[in-house]
Order: sequence, then C-alpha cells, then structure tokens
Amino acid sequence: MSTLSVHGHEGAHHEEDHGHHHHKETFLSKYIFSMDHKMIAKQFLVTGITMAVIAMILSILFRIQLAYPDKAFPLMETLLGRFAPGGRLNADFYLALVTIHGTIMVFFVLTAGLSGTFSNLLIPLQLGARDMASPFMNMLSYWFFFTASVVMLSSFLVQKGPASGGWTIYPPLSALPKAMPGSGMGMTLWLISMVLFIASSLMGAINYVSTVLNMRTKGMDLWKMPLTIWAFFLTAILGILAFPVLVAGVVLLIFDRSFGTSFYLSEIVLGGSAQPFEGGSPILFQHLFWFLGHPEVYIVIMPAMGISSEVMSVNSRKPIFGYHAMVYSLIGITVLSFIVWGHHMFVTGMNPFLGGVFMITTLIIAVPSAVKTFNWLATLWRGNIRFTSAMLFAIGMVSFFISGGLTGIFLGNAALDINLHDTYFVVAHFHLVMGSAAIFGMLAGVYHWFPKMYGRMMNEKLGYLHFWLTFIGAYLVFFPMHFMGLDGVPRRYYAFTEFESMKRWLSVNTFITWAAIMAACAQVAFLVNFIYSMFWGKKTVQNPWEANTLEWTAPIEHFHGNWHGEIPTVYRWPYDYSKPGAEEDFIPQTVPLSQTMSSNLPHDFEDNPAGLEAHAKWTSTQKSNEEVK
Amino acid sequence: MLSVLAAFLLLGTNMLMAQDATKDTAATASSGDATPSVWLAPGYYILLFVIVCFVVGIVGKILRVYDLTQQIQNKKPINWHNVMGICCIIFLIVGMYGAYWSFAVQGAMILPESASAHGVKIDEMFWTTTVLTVIVFVITQILLFGFLFRYRYSEKRRGHFLPHNNTIEKVWTIAPAIVLTILVIFGFFTWQQITNTIDAKGEQASINVDITGHQFAWELRYPGTDGRLGETNYKLVSGSNKVGVDFKDKFSYDDLQADTMYLPVHKSIKLNIHAQDVIHSVYMPHFRVQLNAVPGLPTYFKFTPTITTAEMRRKVGDPKFEYIVYCNKICGAAHYNMQRVVRVVEESEYQAWLAQQKPYLTDQIKKDLKFAEVKPVAKQNRLALNN
Repeated sequence: MSTLSVHGHEGAHHEEDHGHHHHKETFLSKYIFSMDHKMIAKQFLVTGITMAVIAMILSILFRIQLAYPDKAFPLMETLLGRFAPGGRLNADFYLALVTIHGTIMVFFVLTAGLSGTFSNLLIPLQLGARDMASPFMNMLSYWFFFTASVVMLSSFLVQKGPASGGWTIYPPLSALPKAMPGSGMGMTLWLISMVLFIASSLMGAINYVSTVLNMRTKGMDLWKMPLTIWAFFLTAILGILAFPVLVAGVVLLIFDRSFGTSFYLSEIVLGGSAQPFEGGSPILFQHLFWFLGHPEVYIVIMPAMGISSEVMSVNSRKPIFGYHAMVYSLIGITVLSFIVWGHHMFVTGMNPFLGGVFMITTLIIAVPSAVKTFNWLATLWRGNIRFTSAMLFAIGMVSFFISGGLTGIFLGNAALDINLHDTYFVVAHFHLVMGSAAIFGMLAGVYHWFPKMYGRMMNEKLGYLHFWLTFIGAYLVFFPMHFMGLDGVPRRYYAFTEFESMKRWLSVNTFITWAAIMAACAQVAFLVNFIYSMFWGKKTVQNPWEANTLEWTAPIEHFHGNWHGEIPTVYRWPYDYSKPGAEEDFIPQTVPLSQTMSSNLPHDFEDNPAGLEAHAKWTSTQKSNEEVK
Repeated sequence: MLSVLAAFLLLGTNMLMAQDATKDTAATASSGDATPSVWLAPGYYILLFVIVCFVVGIVGKILRVYDLTQQIQNKKPINWHNVMGICCIIFLIVGMYGAYWSFAVQGAMILPESASAHGVKIDEMFWTTTVLTVIVFVITQILLFGFLFRYRYSEKRRGHFLPHNNTIEKVWTIAPAIVLTILVIFGFFTWQQITNTIDAKGEQASINVDITGHQFAWELRYPGTDGRLGETNYKLVSGSNKVGVDFKDKFSYDDLQADTMYLPVHKSIKLNIHAQDVIHSVYMPHFRVQLNAVPGLPTYFKFTPTITTAEMRRKVGDPKFEYIVYCNKICGAAHYNMQRVVRVVEESEYQAWLAQQKPYLTDQIKKDLKFAEVKPVAKQNRLALNN
C-alpha cells in the first residue's frame, strides 16, 4: 500500500529526468521558491536559527535588567531608543521582551524550526520517498512561516512596541488596547503573525501525515520506521488537531479587540469608566489557548525525543531499547496531551473539581515519559558510546528532560501548584523540560544530519566546546530558579527591588545573568561552526555515522528526487546495531535478511513463517556442520 | 603562536587598566559627550570576547598540531571518546556537588513554614514529593553519566545487542505508575479539602474580606458590625467609590476600607476575590494561598492563618518581617509592584484595628448620592458605641 503512489510514475519520470536535465533550475527555483523538501528543510533551519538568535538576544536584554535593575546602560538607549530611556529598559518593553522571547522560542524556533526542519528533511529520506506528498504546499508552508516571522519581528517597529501580555496573551489584558501599550498595534501584529504561523504549521503537518501514510518505500511498514519518523508523524497529528483550536481562540480575540464583541470580556472598569462588555469569560480564552498550548509543548518535545532516540541508538552502537515501548509511549503522550490542558489553570478560578480531574490525567502522562527516560538509559547501558557532538546533545536532552520532568510532578499536583503557579519554579521547570531539552534535541539533529544537509561535516571539537558551555550554562541558569520559585518569587516581574523579601535574590539573579551570557556566547561557537562548515567543512562520506537508516543510502549530492534509479527496498527495522554474528556493528535497513544468515534471530521472523522456517533450517545445518567438524 | 596569545593577553590587561581609569573619568564627566563612554564598556567586553575566541582558536590549532605530530610519529592521537567520558564523570561529580550546594544554600532561602492551616498539608506533600523526586533525580543522573563513562567507545568492544526486555519494561512502567497514583490520591484529597470550603453547618461563619485588584493596586473591604459585605456593581465604580459598592444595599453602609490586610489568628477567613480591569492573581505565599482575580468571575479562597506576624518575626529572626499579598499574574507595566502588607494579629488587636478603619461610605459619596444625613451618622455612632 505504501509504495503505490511513488513507484509507478515518479520513479520512471525521475530516471529519464536524471540523464539530461529537462528543466533548468534557476536561483529562484532552487534556493528561494524551492519545492524540494531538502531545500525547504534548510530554509526552515536557517530561519529557525536566525529567530533563535534574536530571541536569545532578547532574553539577554531582560536578564541584564533583572541583574542590574538600578543601573543605566547608555548603550541600551543608543540601540533601543524610546524603549530604554536613560539606558534603562522601560517596564512595558521588559514585558514585551519576555513575551516575544517566549513566542519566538515556542512557536518559531521549537515548532517550526524543529519540526519544519527535520520533518521535511527526514520524512522523505528515511521513508524512501522522492519528496513530500505535496511539494507545492510544502513551499507555501515555509513562506507562510517566513511571513509570520517578519510580521512578528515588525512589531518592534511600531510606535507602542510589540505585544507584551506574556506569550499566553490572556485577555482582558491583551484585548484592551488601553490596558497596556503592547495591547495596541503590537498585539494586532502578534495575532496576524500567529494566524499565518498556524496556517504554515497546518500545511506542513498535513503534508507530513500524508507522506508518512502514503509514500513509504517497499518494505517500510509502520513498525520498520525509525523513531524520528514516529515522533514527527505523531507531532504532526497533534498539530493538526490542536492548532485550529488556537485559531478559533485568536479569531474570537480579534473580534473582541476590533469589533466590539464580548467573548472574553465582562464587567470591566478601565481608567475609571465601566466598559460596555458583558457576558464573556476570560477563562474561555484560557481553555482554548491551553487546548493548543499543552499539546504544543509535546509538539515541541516529541521531535526532540525522536531525534535523540535515533542519535543515541546510532552512537551507542546499540538498538534503541524497547522500540515498541518507545512508540507506544509516544502514542500515549499524544493521546493524553489533549486532556491535560487544565493543569495550567488550577488557580484561575476554574471549578476546583475540574482541577482535580486534570491533576489525575496530568500525572498519568508522567508514566510514558518515565518509560522513555528509562529506555534511553537502558539504550546506553553496555553500549559502545561514540561521543559525537550530536550524541552529547542527545544526552544533554535526556539529562534536561529528567531534571525538568521531575519538577512537573510538583506542578501537576493541584495542591502544590497553588503556591508554585506563575513563580520562577515554573520558569525553571519548562525551560529545562521543554526549552533546553527541545533545543538540545534540535542541536543534536543539526550536528547529526548536517552532512546530509550540506554534504560536509561540522567540526567536532567546536561542537564539544559548544555542548559543554551550553549544557553547563543552562543548568547554572535554571537550577537556582527553582529555589527562587519556592520563595514565592513571581515570574514576569520587571524588578525585584520593590519587595524587601526578594532583594536577597539579587545576587542570584546577577549570577544567572552571567551564566546566561556565557551560554549565549557559546552559541557563537555553533554559528561559526555551522556557517564555516557549510562552505569549507570537511567533505562527508556516504554514511559518516555508520547508521542504518535509509537517508544514508541516498547520494551525497542533492537533487530533487533523492535517489538515482529505484528507491531502495527496506527489509529490516532500523536498529540492528552490534548484532551478534554480523560482520560490521551495523546492518542498514536495505540489507535483506538472506544476506545476514549468521546474525539473524528467530525474533526477526515474527510475522514471516516462511522466513522462520528457512532460518531454522539454516541454524540446524550450521549446528550439524559444527558437529561434523 | 604563543607570542600572539601573550600579546593578546597583554592587550587585554592593558585594556582592563584603561577601563578602570576611564570608569572614573566617565563617572565624573557629565552627560556632555556621551558617545565614547556608551561604547567603551561594551567595547571592552566585545574585545575580551574576541580575545577568548582567538584563544579558543589557537588552542584548537595546537590540539590539531599535536594530533598530527602524534600521527606522524605513529603514536595514538588524542582519544576524544576518553576525554568526553572523563568530562562526563567530572560533570557528574561537580554537578552533584553543585546541586547539593544549591539545595543547602539557596534551599535555605525558601519560604518559612506555612502560616495557614491548610498550608501544613501542602508542605507535607511538597516534602514527600521532593524526597521522591530528588532520589529519582540523583539515581537517573548517576546512571546516565555513569553509563557514558563506563561504556565509552573502545575499538575492542561491541555494544550488547539488547532490543528489549519485557519484564524490566513492565517493572519500570508499573513502578512510576504506582508512585504517581499514590501522589495523585493524596494530592486529589488535599486539593478537595482546600477548595471545597463552603462553611459547614454549625461551623462559625468565616470572616469575609473583599480584595479587588485593579491596575495597579489591591483594594480591601471589610464588613462592619453587621458582619456582612454589601453588594457591588462594576458600573458604580468611580473616583470616590473605588470598588463600586452598591449603597442601595443596606449591608454596605458600614463596610470599611483598609490599607493593610489585618487578619485575626486562628479564625477562618474567606477572601472574596475580584478584579476590575484585567486578570490579577492574589498571591500570599506564606499562607500557601493563590487564586486569580478575574474580571466578571468573582472567586474566593478560604483559609485560616495560624501564625501571627509577631510570632513569625521571631521564627525567621527578622524583626522587620511582614506577610505580603502581591500580584502574580501579568497585568501591565507596574505588575512588579502591586503589594499590600498582611498582618496576622490576635483577635483583640484585630478588633481594635477594625474600629479605626474608615467606612466606604464617605462624606463625598453621601453628598453625591444625596443621602439623608441621619442614617450614616447613626451608623457611625453605633460603630463607636460597640467598641
């Protein structure tokens, strides 16, 4: 079923195409409006990295404010003008920085930058397809994303500054332009940008799902797919089901802002005068927002999990432990992630009984997460671990996922959340479990598949430096924040100078800021490595990591269609590493079982009685041969 | 190459000296010509960063040269797998010590014991969860980095082919499930107890206190002698009637306004939470109390303070310690400074304080509403008499 659509015409078309190039690729069609999934992946990656750097700079700006609330930095006024009068950030602009940092990181970097890059790159390559199901829609997906990025950044140029109600944009704050400067034009741009972004993400996700379901090569049944593909597939399903709900929420917010409706507004007095809104509920927006918002954090983390699983298996030279459990836990997370959104709302005034129910579902979702963690540890156990940069980042991802995941047990507990909600404990939690973990997953992917993308290798030593500085930096930044949260220090505070009890955290804040600056500087190592290696890096070999998956059978040089001639057939699962009896410590998916008689196990023939018979015959002849000897 | 490095270091030190010197001049110089001083400090840091980059580059080259010479001499080049394995084990040890230090030093700075009855249960749960998670944290991180060191790459070895093991997988699915179930059950009942708080029959009625958030302050309203708060209506909010008390409701006549939230110790308090403009959040961390203030959705939180301010001052050893209520939901520019002092006092002190508070029904409002002079005056007298 999987091969029907691809093989018939496209394969044939390609063969003739390859001999003499029919349509010449112009610069425009190759680099700008490309419909080749590999180029689109690179476009997503470069845009994602650019957005990440911008969001990181924003975070450094507000970290400086938190570390030195009373100090003026004349340079800031030079660079930011009216947003930093006298060299000190303005309180509204501080909130705008926090808001846009969060928005860019969650949506533009960790959703589009991560899924967009690696789903596009790997789904066709690891499944054996010539391209996505709909290359044109894929191109549109990127350009909607690009437009959304431009609109989002353009909000820095409007008079009153960008949206500043927090990345969750709760109304009424975001709905009333008079409530704060950022709720004016900046918020309008934010909403436009998000609608474009969601359109992009839906087009991408529909493509990913249809490609995975319809365009797998011969022999690639679902249970032979690498975990990366499983993760991207389930992520795409999550996105398709959850993002439209955010559109609904956003559209109603636009109505409230611009057309005088009262979906989210009721009984409001602003500037001393009663507003004409009646009958709406701010809680409704929170329900709609978090119905996307919670699946969103899994949209962010699941691709990172998939990438880390793959990278760790390759570099441990061991099959991923409990492949089926890994897939089922991903499915479990996918399903459960739709019924846990209320844990963001325990103290919003939502009916407390609902809070109790959401607490139960939330703590259930910890079980598949725990299973994944243990399986990763078991994958490392008795491996033969190659420390590539990608491997280090995958390990970092696991470490962050454990550290940040454990604090989720506190926050998922409604009773404990009463005192922890919206404090720095939450900031520490999600920055570790979804921020740092997901970005490490993404970086692992970049280091691992860089040869596939650019045909060259990245510098490993610089990668090591980048890893250790970032890894240590992230822990130094986020670990102390837990204790601030336990002291009741709220997030999104412009300064902690107004509270006697919070002043003692100033030294910790200064420390965190310097750790953040160090980690930010370490990213220069990455950027230099990335750009340098893109043009002058060492040329890669066909299969630099000695991996099993299909993408490493595709030629190094890129062309639209991925494989010359016929697409390779798949005979086995992707994790036959260090199989006893095999010559090498890896057996690519394209090697038939008939060529590896010495390493086959009865397990390989679970649904293949004929094969099992042949295998039994072969082993018995081997045995008798030995006896003869 | 080393001389280049030395030159850069020297330059850096020179710059540092120069920086120190210019700092003084910058401080004394007025705002006249600001351009050089604007760029000087950042320029120094940028230069420092560039130097660090050079050093990194040079170290990289040195390593490469070393590697190449080793290869020429047919010796083994640096085994980076070993280096990284050792880095992992160092990170584990130093990191564990760092975590311990953080727990010891910063952990000592967290909130003092709960000053409310329900908070004690929350704290118990918190410490149980902390112990469990710290154990899991330590074990898993040790395993993670320990495995990395122990099973680092060696040409002589092969990985152990272990695709799955159903028994152990079942164990580590069921074990966390059981632990989490226990936590869920306790959490669920604690949560129910905290939030299902309608005054039970026979129980003494809670003291109603209204707290209303607006940009950027909290307004407090206490019931007068009748023990009941009057109705409010957002349409009545004005400069003189800050929370929109509806004076058609006679219970409102003796409602009192206050600047500080005084609470009698060991008395059940029902905090009625309102917001006027945007969402705020009433956060009183010492009492483990938090609930959002949502416009159009009045909510309440019932709790019983158990430790007076004076007692808590002794406990934390800070004579200036105050309980505070502050805003914990982003609400605009001055979100970071929206606080009221909370004082938990003995009943007698509470009554004495209450007697001194001014009623919401001010002379100005009386004039605005054309109230007959008689009624409020009588009320005032009654209040005075009762005390």
